[in-house]
Amino acid sequence: MVDETLKIELGKQGVFVTTLQELYNWGRRNSIWPMQFGLACCAIEMIATTMARYDLARFGAEVFRPSPRQADMMIISGTVTKKMAPQVVRLYNQMAEPKYVIAMGACAISGGPFKQGYNVLKGIDRYIPVDVHIPGCPPRPEALIQAFMTLQKKIDAQPLTGEGRPRFLDAEAQGEFPVPVQGEHDLEPTSNQGVWPLPVVIR
Amino acid sequence: MKTMEEIKAAIDAALPGAVLEIVPNPSPSGQRSLRLAPSHAFQVAKFLRDELSFDFLSNATGVDWPDKEISEKVKVARTVTKTVDGVEQAVEESVEETRKRVEPGCLEAVYHLFSIALGQGPLVIRMRTVNRTDEVELPSLTPIWRSADFQEREIFDLFGIVFTGHPDLRRLLMWDGFKDHPMRRDYVEPDDFEYEPTAHDEVLARAQAHRAAQSASPAGQEGTVSGE
Repeated sequence: MVDETLKIELGKQGVFVTTLQELYNWGRRNSIWPMQFGLACCAIEMIATTMARYDLARFGAEVFRPSPRQADMMIISGTVTKKMAPQVVRLYNQMAEPKYVIAMGACAISGGPFKQGYNVLKGIDRYIPVDVHIPGCPPRPEALIQAFMTLQKKIDAQPLTGEGRPRFLDAEAQGEFPVPVQGEHDLEPTSNQGVWPLPVVIR
Repeated sequence: MKTMEEIKAAIDAALPGAVLEIVPNPSPSGQRSLRLAPSHAFQVAKFLRDELSFDFLSNATGVDWPDKEISEKVKVARTVTKTVDGVEQAVEESVEETRKRVEPGCLEAVYHLFSIALGQGPLVIRMRTVNRTDEVELPSLTPIWRSADFQEREIFDLFGIVFTGHPDLRRLLMWDGFKDHPMRRDYVEPDDFEYEPTAHDEVLARAQAHRAAQSASPAGQEGTVSGE
C-alpha cells in the first residue's frame, strides 16, 4: 500500500500513484448494473430513484438489466412471499459474479407488516447473503441512494487477497445458494444456516 | 328495487324445488342475505342473472364456521331425598343442569351480486357445505358469472371448498404442493419464530414456545436466544 501523505505529495508533483486493488475496486463500484426486478410498492420508490429527480445514473447504476446474466446487483424491493422466494433465490443464482444484494424496505429485511402472515418470508437474508439492509416502508429514494453509496464504500474497502476478499476471488467460497423447496406446510428448509446463522439476541 | 321477499317469491314461483332461506342480519346495516341449497343453487343463480338481471358478481368470499360447542342450561325435574321436619322424604325438585352439545361446523361461500342494468344491489347469496372435512363440494357459479373464476379459486385455496363445475380449479395464492387452508379457523401456522428481536405479546409467547420445542428436541438448531 502507498502511504496516503506520500500519494498526495506525489500527486502535487504530477505523479499519479495507485494500486491495482484501488483501480480494480474503482471500476467495480462505479458500474453496478441493477436487475430490473420489483416485488411490491418499494419497487415504485426504486423506479423513482432511477428517474430524473434522484437520478441513480450519477452512481453508474442507471442500466437496469432485464436478465440476471447481465446484472450485478439485485434490489429486493418489496415483500418476498413464500411462493416467490424460490424464484428470487434462483434469479440470484443465475446472476454472474460479482453480485450484490440490497434488501430494500421493512418487508425485504424482516417481513415487515406481514411478518406474522403464513405466506411471507421473514427476510430474504434467510436464503441469500444481503450486503445492505435499508429500513423504511417504503424507504425514500434518498435512502436507496444511501444504501447504494454504502455498497460502493463496501466494495471500495474490499481487499483482493486474503481475509475478506470478495466471493468470486475465493475458490472456497459458496457460489450457489440452495433454492428452498415449497413443501406441504412451509418452505423447506426454513432458512439457509450457512448464510443466516441464527442471530443471537442478548437482552 | 325488489325486496328480499319479492326476490324469494319470484325464485320460488319459477323453481319450485329450490330451498331458500332469508338469513337475518342483526347488525345496524341489517343487510340480509339469501341462503341457497347447493342442489339447486346453479339454477337459482342462472335465474337471478337471466330473469332478475343480476348481471354483475362483484365479490365472492368464504366463511369458516368451526364446530361449535354449545352449553345450555336445562331445567330437569329430579327426585331428591330431603329431611323435612326430621322425616326423610322424596321431594320433586327442578334442578338446573348444563348440557353440552356440539353443533357441526361447515364452510360457506358468499357472493355479492349487483344489477348494472337496473341499478340494484347488492344481493348477498350464500351456500353452505355439509361439513368441513370430506363433503366440501359446492356448485361453481363461474359458468354464470365469469368474475367468480379467480375468487372461487381463492376460496378453494384458502378455505378448501371444492367447486364442482369450475373450469380451472387450482390453487391461486399458495403453491400447488401446499396442503393446508390458511383461512380456516383451525389452521396451524408454520413455526418460524426462531428469531424475534423485538418480540412482545403474542409473538413473544410463540417465540418462547418455539424455543421450548427446540431445546426439548435434540436436533435443535444451533445458536440460542438468551434471556427475556
